[in-house]
Amino acid sequence: MTVSLEPGASAPRLATSPIAGHGFFQWLRAQWVGLDRWVLLVVGVSLLLALPVLTVFVTALQPAGAVWRHLADTVLADYVRNSLLLMLGVGVGTLLIGVPAAWLTSIHEFPGRRLFEWMLLLPMAIPAYIIAYTYTGLLDFAGPVQTALRESFHWSRQDYWFPEIRSLPGAVLMLALVLYPYVYLLARAAFLEQSVAVLEVSRSLGAGPWRRFHAVSLPMARPALIAGVSLVQMEALADYGTVQYFGVSTFTTGIFRVWYGMNDSIAAAQLAGLLLLFVFALLVFERFSRRLARFHHTGNRQFRPARLALRGRWRWLATLACLLPLLFGFLLPAGQLAIWAFRTAPRMMDGRFWHLLSHSLSLALGAALLILALALLLGYGQRLRPRPLARAAVRGAGLGYAVPGTVVAIGVMLPLAAIDRGVDGWARQWLGLSTGLLLSGTVMALLFAYCTRFLPVALHSVEAGLARIRPSMDDAARALGATPRAVLWRVHIPMLRGSLLTAVLLVFVDVLKELPATLILRPFNFNTLAVRTYELASDERLADSASFALAVVLAGIGPVILLSRAIGRSRPGYDAVS
Amino acid sequence: MAAGEVNVYSARKEDLIKPLLDDFSKQTGIAINLVTDKEETLLQRLQSEGVNTPADVLLTTDAGRLAAAQKAGVLQAVKSEMLAAKIPAAYRDPDGYWYGLSVRARPIIYAKERVKPADLSSYEALADPKWKGKVCVRSSDSIYNQSLVAGRISHDGEAKAEEWAKGLVANFARSPKGGDRDQIKAVAAGECDVTLANTYYLGGMVNASDEAEKQAAAKVAVFWPNAATSGAHVNVSGAGVTAHARNRDNAVKLLEFMASDAAQRWYAETNNEYPVNPAMPPSATLKAWGEFKADTLNVAKLGELNAAAVQLMDRAGWK
Repeated sequence: MTVSLEPGASAPRLATSPIAGHGFFQWLRAQWVGLDRWVLLVVGVSLLLALPVLTVFVTALQPAGAVWRHLADTVLADYVRNSLLLMLGVGVGTLLIGVPAAWLTSIHEFPGRRLFEWMLLLPMAIPAYIIAYTYTGLLDFAGPVQTALRESFHWSRQDYWFPEIRSLPGAVLMLALVLYPYVYLLARAAFLEQSVAVLEVSRSLGAGPWRRFHAVSLPMARPALIAGVSLVQMEALADYGTVQYFGVSTFTTGIFRVWYGMNDSIAAAQLAGLLLLFVFALLVFERFSRRLARFHHTGNRQFRPARLALRGRWRWLATLACLLPLLFGFLLPAGQLAIWAFRTAPRMMDGRFWHLLSHSLSLALGAALLILALALLLGYGQRLRPRPLARAAVRGAGLGYAVPGTVVAIGVMLPLAAIDRGVDGWARQWLGLSTGLLLSGTVMALLFAYCTRFLPVALHSVEAGLARIRPSMDDAARALGATPRAVLWRVHIPMLRGSLLTAVLLVFVDVLKELPATLILRPFNFNTLAVRTYELASDERLADSASFALAVVLAGIGPVILLSRAIGRSRPGYDAVS
Repeated sequence: MAAGEVNVYSARKEDLIKPLLDDFSKQTGIAINLVTDKEETLLQRLQSEGVNTPADVLLTTDAGRLAAAQKAGVLQAVKSEMLAAKIPAAYRDPDGYWYGLSVRARPIIYAKERVKPADLSSYEALADPKWKGKVCVRSSDSIYNQSLVAGRISHDGEAKAEEWAKGLVANFARSPKGGDRDQIKAVAAGECDVTLANTYYLGGMVNASDEAEKQAAAKVAVFWPNAATSGAHVNVSGAGVTAHARNRDNAVKLLEFMASDAAQRWYAETNNEYPVNPAMPPSATLKAWGEFKADTLNVAKLGELNAAAVQLMDRAGWK
C-alpha cells in the first residue's frame, strides 16, 4: 500500500540535459538520444513486471465461447453490482473510520492518544480472510453470540432478527476493518504536515475547530485521502477469500467460477480484463482528482502548535472513536484467535511450525528487499529521465496491485513455462541435453509474482520520498562541491530513510499475508504460515488453524509498530516537537 | 536416496495425506516431495510445465478432475493387477489412467428433533414445497454441489434437473454460504431442517475435540436418499501417474501402496471416508450410519457434466 508522505506526490521534473542544436531534426535526435540506458532500463523492468497482467490481456483477446451469453443472461449483473457496491462501501467505510481517527490523533489530546497513534495500525496485520473466518465463528446463527441470545430469551429462529454477517454489508465491514489503517496512515501524515500557518490564519479569522476541519484541513488533505481510498478500493476489488467465504458473487469469484466450474479460461481472462477496466477507471480518477487539488507547503521545518486538548464529553467521544475500530478490527478477532489457539496449539504445533515461520519470514523479507530495489530503480529512473514513455510503462506495471493473486499467479506461470520450454528445446537441439524447468516451480517464480502484485506499494512510498527532495537541493549540494555520490549519501539517503523503511515494511506485511499466489507457485515441500492457515480453515477447522493465523498476525505486528515509528520520525517538524 | 524419490501434486490437504506418504517413505525408502493446491491450478501447472514437469503423481479429491486431467493428456495409463483387483470398476478409469482411492458420499443430513426420516425419500423430493424455508445448502461454487447436480443431470435429464434445482432454491432457508460443517451446524442450531453434506465432515464433527461441534453432530442424523432409484451421490478421491513421470515405477508403487489394505484402513479411520475396496470395513463412525446404496454412475461422467451443472445452477438462481 502506498504511503505518500506528502500530498500531491509525484516525481518532480528535472531539466533534461541540454543538447546543443536547433530545429526539428535536432529535437528528434535529442529525443532519441534521450532514450538512454536509464529510460530503457525503466521501460524494460516495467514491461517485465507487467508481463503477468499482459498475459491475461493477450488471453482475453481470443474469441470467447458461448459462456458470455450465459453470463449476461444470469449472473453478470450481480458481479458488476456487487463489485461496485463493495468498492464504494469499503471506500466510504475506511474514510469514516480512518479520517476521524487520524484527525483526532494528529492534532488533539485526549485519553489514550499516544497508544492509539500506533495501535490503530494493528488491524493491518490481520489478513481479511482471517477476520472473516473469526467473525463468522462469533456471529453466525450457530455461533456463541446468537446461541446465547436464544438461550437467555428462549427464542427460536423466527423470534428475532440478527444481522447476517455473511452478506455483502458483512464483507464491506470486514474489509473496511482491516483496510482502514491505510487511509488512517495517509490522512495522519497529511494532517501532520499541514502548514501551521494556514491553520493559525484560519483560527485568527475566527474559524472554530469544526470549520477548520472541514473548510481547511480536510480539503488540503484531499489528495492523500483519495490516494488512500483508491488503494483500499483496489484491495477490495482483488479480494477473493472474504467474498468467497461469504457467498457474495463478485468479479473475482466469477473469474474462478467461469474458469474452474465452466472450464473456460478465455472467458475467465476476459472477466479479469473487465475487472482491470474498473481499476483503470479508478486510477484515472485518482490522478485526475489529485491534479485538481494539489497543495504545496512552503517550508519544511515548521513548529507545530501544542495539541488541542479536548474537554468534557468530547474527550471521551474521541477515545471512543479511536477505540471502536481498534476493538473490532484487532482486539476482538485477535482475542478470539488466541482463545482458539490456546485450546488447539498443543495438538497443532509441531516441529514443522518453525519451518513455516522461517519460510514466511524469509520470503517476506526477500520479497520486500527485492521490491524496494526495483522501486528505487524505477523511482530514480523516472526522476533522472522524466519521459512520458517511461511514466506510462511504470503506471502499467502498477496495475498488478488490483489483480487477484490467483490471476497474477497464472499470468506468471504461463510465460515462465514458455521460457523454460524455449530454453529446454534450444538446449536439446544444440547441446543434446535437457535443462528441464529453470524458473517454473522455484522460489523465483514466487518472487516474480510478489513483485508484480506489490511493486506499487513500494513505488508509491519511494516516489513520495523522492518528491520531497527538491531538485534545488541537488543543485545546492552540487554547487557546494558535493560529488553525485556524496549527494546520494549525504542528502538523499537521510531524507529517504523513512520512506524506504515504510516501503519495506508495507511489502513485508503484505507478502506475509499473501495467499493465492503462494499457494499456486510454491516449490515442493515449501509451506508458509498463510498456506497452513488456509489449508486448515478451508477444511473447516477454524479452531485448529488459529495458532497459525495468530502467528501470521504476530509476525506482522512488529513491522507495523516499526512502521508507525518510522512515520512519526520522518515528518517535518519532528525534531521540534517531542 | 538409493530407492529414489517420487514427486506428488496433491489436491488433498497436507494433513489428510502426509501421514500416509510418510508411511510409504518409511516402508520403501522412497522419498516423497509434496506440493498441495486446488486441483484446477495443479492441472494448469501440469499443463504449462509440459514434458518437463517434475510431478510423477497427481492426487485429487474429485473424479471429475481426474477425467479432465486425462482429457488434457497429462496422465498415462497404468496396468496393475493389484490395483485392478482392489478397486471396483466404477471407481477407476477403464484404461487405467486414474484410480479411485477413497469414496465420499453426500447424503441428506437432517435435524433429529424436527424431521421424521419417513418424510425423506430422495434428493428430488427436497424440491417439494413442503420443505419451504427448511433447506440449508452450500454455495454452487462448491465442487461437491456441482458434482451432485451433474449426477442429477445424468439421471433425470437436464430439463428435469433444472426444474428440481429451481424448486430446491425456492426452499432455501437462507442464501447459500459457508462450508459443509457450517450447513450441519445450521441444521443443529435450528436455522433449517435438512441439508446436503459429505459424511466425512459429519464424521469429523462427531470425533472433534471441540465440545460444541460434538453437540451439534449429536443433534443430526444421516438419511441415505434415492435408495429405490439411483442411489446416494458418491464421488471418489483418486490418483493418476503423470504422462511424463520420471519416476514412473515409484509412482505406481505409491498408487499400489495407497490401495493396500493398511492404507485403506487409514483412510477409513482417519478421514472417515469409505474405502474403495469393498472388502475393507468402514470406520465405526461410518458404520453407525448404516449401509447404503451408492450411485453406480461412473464418476468420470460427473466431470463431463460439470460445466452444464454450473450453468444450470446459475439459471436456477443457486448462488
